[in-house]
Parts: sequence; C-alpha cells; structure tokens
Amino acid sequence: MSGNSEPRKYKNPVLNWIEFRLPIISYFQKEYGEYPMPKNCNYFWSFGALATITLITMIVSGIFLAMNYTPHTEMAFDSVERIMRDVNYGWLLRYIHSNGASFFFIIVFIHIVRAMYYGSYKYPRELNWILGVFIFLLMMATSFLGYTLPWGQMSYWGATVITNLFSAIPIVGEGLKTWLLGDYTVGNATLNRFFALHYVLPFVIFGVVGLHVAAVHVHGSNNPAGIDIRSKNDTVNFFPYMLIKDTIAVCVFGVLISAVIFFGPNLMAEVDNYIPADPLVTPAHIVPNWYLAPFYAILRAVPDKLGGVLLMFGAIAILFVLPWLDTSKVRSCNFRPMYKWFMMLFFVNFFVLGYVGMLPAEGLYLLIARIGLVYYFGFFLIITPFIGWIEKPKTLPLSISDVYLGGGKESPSPVSQKEIH
Amino acid sequence: MSEKPDSKRRDFLQLSTISIGAVGTAAFIWPFLKSMNPAEDTLALGTTEVDISLIEEGQSITVKWRGKPVFIRKRTKDEIDEAKKVNIADLKDPEEDINRVKKDEWLVLVGVCTHLGCVPLGQKLTDSKGAYNGWYCPCHGSHYDTSGRIRKGPAPENLAVPPYSFLNDTTIKIG
Repeated sequence: MSGNSEPRKYKNPVLNWIEFRLPIISYFQKEYGEYPMPKNCNYFWSFGALATITLITMIVSGIFLAMNYTPHTEMAFDSVERIMRDVNYGWLLRYIHSNGASFFFIIVFIHIVRAMYYGSYKYPRELNWILGVFIFLLMMATSFLGYTLPWGQMSYWGATVITNLFSAIPIVGEGLKTWLLGDYTVGNATLNRFFALHYVLPFVIFGVVGLHVAAVHVHGSNNPAGIDIRSKNDTVNFFPYMLIKDTIAVCVFGVLISAVIFFGPNLMAEVDNYIPADPLVTPAHIVPNWYLAPFYAILRAVPDKLGGVLLMFGAIAILFVLPWLDTSKVRSCNFRPMYKWFMMLFFVNFFVLGYVGMLPAEGLYLLIARIGLVYYFGFFLIITPFIGWIEKPKTLPLSISDVYLGGGKESPSPVSQKEIH
Repeated sequence: MSEKPDSKRRDFLQLSTISIGAVGTAAFIWPFLKSMNPAEDTLALGTTEVDISLIEEGQSITVKWRGKPVFIRKRTKDEIDEAKKVNIADLKDPEEDINRVKKDEWLVLVGVCTHLGCVPLGQKLTDSKGAYNGWYCPCHGSHYDTSGRIRKGPAPENLAVPPYSFLNDTTIKIG
C-alpha cells in the first residue's frame, strides 16, 4: 500500500502509461497477485471472497429489479407480482435477490464464526473486526428495509414492529418514530424513503468492505494456527493459489444457491408476505427473517419493552468490544482447550436463539430464549475474560511451516505429511 | 512583530471560522432532517367524522384515522360496570374509566397495541377478547380490559384515547 517512489516497469506500453500516471496496476499486482496468504488457510478463508461476490450479485440484481419496481403503497405489491409474472426473467431476478439475501447472511455468519473461532479479531486486526461488525449492522438495516418493499403483510407488520422499537426510548421515542416514518403509521412516505435508503446503503456497504479488505491487507490474513507469518516459507501468493481455491468455493456456492433458487425459491420466505399489506389486520404470528431471528428472540425474551430493545441492540453492540473482552493472547481456539468448547456452545446457542425467535414467545420457547439470552451475554461478559485468565493454552507451533512438521500439539493430517516427504 | 498578540489573533480567527462553519453546517442539515417529518398533506388528513347511529349496544366498528385503526365500541351495561369496579391501584397504567370516556357507553380507542404496534383482536364477535373481556394482542400476548386498559402482557400503556368530540348524538369527530 505504501507509495513507491520508483514506478514499476511493464512490457505492455499501455499498462506502463497508466502506471506512471495512476499506480493502480502495481496496486492490484501487490494486493491481489503477490499478496502473501498463510499457506495453512482452510476453506473458511474463502468466505470473505464469497461475501464480496454475493454483495455484487445483490447490487446488480437489485438495480435490475428497481427498473420494474414502484415504491407506492397502492402499486408496490402489484409491481412485484408483475416482476414475477410478466417481466422477462423477472422471477429469476427476484428469486436471486431474495435468496441471495439469505445466502449473504449464511456466508457472513460463517465468516464471523471463522473470525471468532480463530481469533482473527485480536491484535493487530481489531479495527478490521470493528469495520466487519459495522458491515454486519449495515447489512441488517439494508435487509430490513428491503423486506418492506414488496408491501405484503409481513413487510408491513415487520416494519411496524421494528420502527415501534424506537418508541421505547424515553421522551424522544415517539417523535423519533414519527420522524423515521414520515407519518403516524407505516405509510407511503415510509415506503418511499425505505426504497431510497435500500438502494443507497449497499453502496455504503461496498465502501466499508473496501476499508475492511484494505485493513486486513496491512498485517495480512490470520490463519488456522493463529500465529504470525515469520518467513516467505509460511505463505503462498494469492495468485494463483488462493484465487483457485476461492474459485472452487464459489463454484460449490453457485451450485447450492442455484439449487435453492430453482427448486425451493420460497424455502426461506414467509407465506404471509404474499398477502397484500392491510393496516387494519395484524397477522396472528409475525415472523422476522430467519437471519434477524436470534436478535428478535432476545427482544421478546425480556418482559420489559425498553429493556428488550436495549438488550437487542446491546447484543450487536457488544460485538464491537469483543477484542478487548478477550484476555487471552492466543488467537486460534485450536490451541485453547477450554475456550474452544464455550465458543462451540456459543454458536449452538445463537442457532437455538434463532430457532425460538421464529416461534411464538410463550411457554417453553420463552424459557429457552431466556436461557439463550443469559448465555449470549454471559459468554461475552464473563466467560471470555475469565477463561483468558485461567486457561493454559497448548504449545503453539513455532511457525506456519512448523504446523506441517508436527509443531504444536495440533496433530497434522496425514495428507500434509505426505506432501512434505 | 511579537509572537503573542499574533497567535491570539490567529486563535480568534480559527475559533470564529470553526463556529461559523458549524452553525452553517447545522443550518444546512436542518431542512434535510425536517423534510423527513410528516408533510403538510399528511397532517391535513388529521380528522375523521364518523356516523355512529347504526352501532348497536355491544357492537364495535373500526375506522381509519391518520392511517391507524380506531375502535369505537358501544359498551353494554355489564362492560361499563366491569370497567368501573376495577381497583385502579392494581393496574399497570392506572387510569379511571371515567377519564377514558366522554359518555359511558361510547369507548373510543386507537386500536394499536402500545407494545410494538400490532392491531389487537376483539372487534369481531368471533375474536378472542382476552382474559379481561376487552382486546387481546396476538403478537406478544397483551390483554386489555373493557376500558382498553393494559391488564396483562408486555405492553407498557393502556390503549390510547384519541382526541375526539361528539358533534351531535350520532356523529363523532376524531382528531
């Protein structure tokens, strides 16, 4: 990234001409060609690339959908149905976009799980993590805004419930809610501004992703051993090795998302959203999108309105300070015999929260949500700092190459031993 | 020229430039923020007149006011008694029934649950009226009584009473 005073020389005179005026050729060569990736990175490290490709797919499919969509309460629902029935390949664009949103969250959840399990958020990548949480927050806002646009029953009542969260804030809450809606209820003013914001936020996400990638390239990628790069022997160039690996991941992803788009396009959708919005009738059971369900479960687990809202936003806000809550210097959970299991339990707990978040908040489900809520915050505020103090980590390998020679307590796979002999 | 007066002068210039810049920026942002509040035509839709001559005792109707449902119920004698005999010290949001109506038999409420904005059930004869014979919100399980007061569940407040007046015996103006 640092500006070299000597411009690089290329054989191609056009490249040379550009490079002399704007050193963008050498930039790409450095950041995406020679960029050293730890050679032990597994397929979990492909999810950043997958997320970027999904973001681009969402932006492109979204722009083409917007060409046929009408953001007006009288026409929005019908314009979406017209896209489905009359617009050439409109059904495909819409199913790519709606399922793409679900897959985007699947990918980003796995990307976050990777960062948490292998301790990628620790020194010196804290800012990188913060930017990542910020992207996650923007994604949740964007998906919520987008879900309102088809103007079905779930769109309308989802928007009503979520915007009402702001009315829980003392004194200014009600005014803030009216300001956000531009009306006393979710109405045409709301739909218009939600469309405008849904259109622009992905480009903001794209910008923050740029910073996120630039930040990780400063100190290089983390790896499954969670140790620093010591020499050139520890790395391979991004091109062609990691590019090929990411390409395989993209192919597998393409097969999976195509299977859903073509054979089960409504698997992750709510049937009630095919009923046009009716401001006078609330559906018996309002369900959030599955990817927001864990946070919705936290909201409903608290019997107090303001308390529920605070804990729901707190559940996201606490992610920002994770690098400072973790007191252990060891990054990878592969070398943390105790924390590893609490981490696994955290992932299971998050999944369970999501599951009960889609069910009615009563009886056993409410109890499970409350236990899940306690573990969610307990994990960050008590377990993470405490385990860091008492845990005795396993011996770390001396270097990334050492991993393949049996360094550290992590036993190398037979395949990698063969490669070395 | 000495250093001191010059740097004071510079400080003053810097501070005043920053202040004027800040005020200018705020003044510039204000119309943008203000444009997001309800527009004049939205505010103009603020009143609705309703003919209540056809509502029988025990019946309810739902009308739209500012995009929200408003419940108008002609309460039965039993419902009025039930609402009046409640000990208000037991209520989550203590309010006398007398302060929530203008005429005992007519109960006018904004039909929006004070929890997260769903429309409670209880308007149709076949609806569940909840444990207190008023309204029941299916979203997160709030129960309201025959005065629209919150009795059980997560909602923090009673169903709101909109501003309204009787224009004559058969017409209500809401808003």
